[in-house]
Amino acid sequence: MREEVLSKPKGSLESMARNIRRLVVQMIYEAGSGHVGGSLSAVDILTALYFHHMKHDPAIPKWPDRDRFILSKGHAAPALYAVLAESGYFPKEELMRLRQIGGILQGHPNMNKTPGVEASTGSLGQGLSIANGIALGAALTGKAIRVYVLIGDGELDEGQIWEAAMLANHYKLDKVTAIIDYNKLQVDGPVDQIMTLEPLADKWTAFGWNVIEINGHDMGAILDGLERTDQLVGGPSIIIANTIKGKGVSFMEHSVQWHAKAIGEDEFELAMKELS
Amino acid sequence: MSELLFTQDAYGRALAELGEARQEIVVLDADVSKGTKTSTFAERFPERFFNVGCAEQNLFGTAAGLALMDMMPFASTFAMFACTRGLDQIRNTIAYPRLNVKVVATHGGITVGGDGASHQALEDVAVMRTIPNMTVIVPCDAPETEKAVRASVDWPGPVYIRLARAPRLTITDKDTPFSIGRGTIFRRGDDAVIIAAGLMVATAMEAAEMLAESGIETTVVNMHTIKPLDVDLVLELAQRTGCIVTAEEHSTLGGLGGAIAEVLSEKCPVPVQRIGVQDVFTESGKPQELLDKYGLSADHIATVVRQVIMARRS
Repeated sequence: MREEVLSKPKGSLESMARNIRRLVVQMIYEAGSGHVGGSLSAVDILTALYFHHMKHDPAIPKWPDRDRFILSKGHAAPALYAVLAESGYFPKEELMRLRQIGGILQGHPNMNKTPGVEASTGSLGQGLSIANGIALGAALTGKAIRVYVLIGDGELDEGQIWEAAMLANHYKLDKVTAIIDYNKLQVDGPVDQIMTLEPLADKWTAFGWNVIEINGHDMGAILDGLERTDQLVGGPSIIIANTIKGKGVSFMEHSVQWHAKAIGEDEFELAMKELS
Repeated sequence: MSELLFTQDAYGRALAELGEARQEIVVLDADVSKGTKTSTFAERFPERFFNVGCAEQNLFGTAAGLALMDMMPFASTFAMFACTRGLDQIRNTIAYPRLNVKVVATHGGITVGGDGASHQALEDVAVMRTIPNMTVIVPCDAPETEKAVRASVDWPGPVYIRLARAPRLTITDKDTPFSIGRGTIFRRGDDAVIIAAGLMVATAMEAAEMLAESGIETTVVNMHTIKPLDVDLVLELAQRTGCIVTAEEHSTLGGLGGAIAEVLSEKCPVPVQRIGVQDVFTESGKPQELLDKYGLSADHIATVVRQVIMARRS
C-alpha cells in the first residue's frame, strides 16, 4: 500500500480539477500565450497524481523518497504549475506571472527555477528516457519509488520515445508508468491525418509493455488505472488515456486551433463561466 | 614518453579505477563500448553499466535521469554521434538544468581514418563550446586523458571530453601539471606563440623544434580546456609576442582557433592564424596521410608561424 499523500484536497478531486482548469485558462490569458488545449486535456491525470496517488511532500520538494513525475509534453506546463501551486510548492500568485521575464514559471518546465518540477523538458520525446534513468538510479540506490511520465500523442512521433520504450522493457523497469495524453490532435492537425499512431496499444504491447486503456477524464478510471499499473511487476506499464484536447471549455474542445492560441477577453470570460 | 598510447584505453582504465571509490559513477554506452573502452568499466562493475543499444538520443536522456538520482553518469559514444545525434538531449536535458553528466566522446577528428567523413567529427568542439554550462576538454595524450577524466569527477556540471581513435604520441607524464581551465606552457620563446590542443600539441612541439633550428623561438601552449578558456594566459602571451597561431584537429570554424580569435579581436587585436581542417568534408585515408593532406603537419605549422611573424612586422 502507498503511504498517504500529504496534499489531499478538501473537496473532491473533480472539483479540484475544475479549479485547476480555471487557473490554467487564467494563467494563459494573463500571459498572452501558452498551450491551453494540451494543458486542459492533461488536468484530470495531473490532479489524480498530485492530489491522490503520488507519494510526495510539498513542504520538502527534494524529499529523497518521493515518487517522481516527468512532464515529457513540456508545453502542458501551465497545468503542472497550477497543480504544483495548489499542492503548496510555491505561492499561487506566481501563476499569474507565467512566461514573464524574471519569473519562476518558464514557458516550458525548468527544474532549477520552479520548485516541484523534476526535470527540464520542452523539446519533445525526451521524458521517457529521463524516467528510465530515474528508475535505474532508484534501483541502484535502493529507493522504493515510482516514476510517472506524461507523454503527448503527437510526441510519439519522436524516435527517441521508441528507443526509450525498448530500454524500459530490456531493463524490466516495472517502477515506470507512462501515461499517454491521447487527445488525438497535434499541432498541425488530427493525429490520424498527420502521422498514424494506430494500432497504438498493439505497438506498446509489441514493445513489451503492460497496456491499460482508460477514459482520461474519468477520475475513478484514472485512479484505478494508476493503482493497477503500480501492482504490475516484471516490466513497464503504460496507460493510454483517451482525452479531449481543450477539455472543459466547449469552444476549445476537439479544436486544433486551441493548441497554442492566445485567449481573448471575451473568450476568457466565456471559458471562466463554463468552468465555474 | 614518446610511445604511442590510446586515449580511450586511458579513459576506460581511469573509469574502472574511479568506480571503486566513487560508487555514484555509472557508465552508459550506445553499442560502441569496445571502441570507447567503457567495456573496461563494464567488466568490473556490470551492475553500474548500461548499454542502451545504438540509440544516442536515449543514451543522453537516460544519463540525465540517472543524474537526477544523484548518480554521476559517464555517457560515451563516438564524437560524431554525441555532437549531432544527441545534441538536443545534451543541450536541453543535460546542460540547461546543469546536470552532472560527463560526455566522453572518442573517435574525434580526421585521424579516425578509414571510416571517412561520416565518422570524422570536426565540429564537435565548436558545437559543445556554444552550449551554456558546458565545459570542453581536449586532452593531448593518454596520461592527460586520465587526468582529465579524474578532474571531471570533481568538476560539477556537464563536461565534454574529446578523445581519439588512433593512438597518440605520449608527450606528458604523471607529473605534468593539469588543471581544468588552465593552459600549460610546454615550451617558451618570444617570437611567436602556438596554442594547440589534442594531437596537435605534439605536432606544435615538433614545429617549434624546426623553427628553433632557424633561430625562431616559439612558446607552445597545451590548451586542453577549450571552455572555460584560459583568457588570462592567452592575453598575456599575445601582449608579449604580438602574434598567435592556433592548431587543432578540428574545423577552423568555432573551435580552439575560433575561441582564441574571439578573445583577441576584442581584447588584444594581434595577427592570428588558425590551423585546422578548412570548411570541407574530409575523406577516408590513413591518419598520417589525412593529417598531411589537410595541413595538420609540423611543416605547415612552421610555415604559418613564419607568416604570422611577417604579418606582425608589417
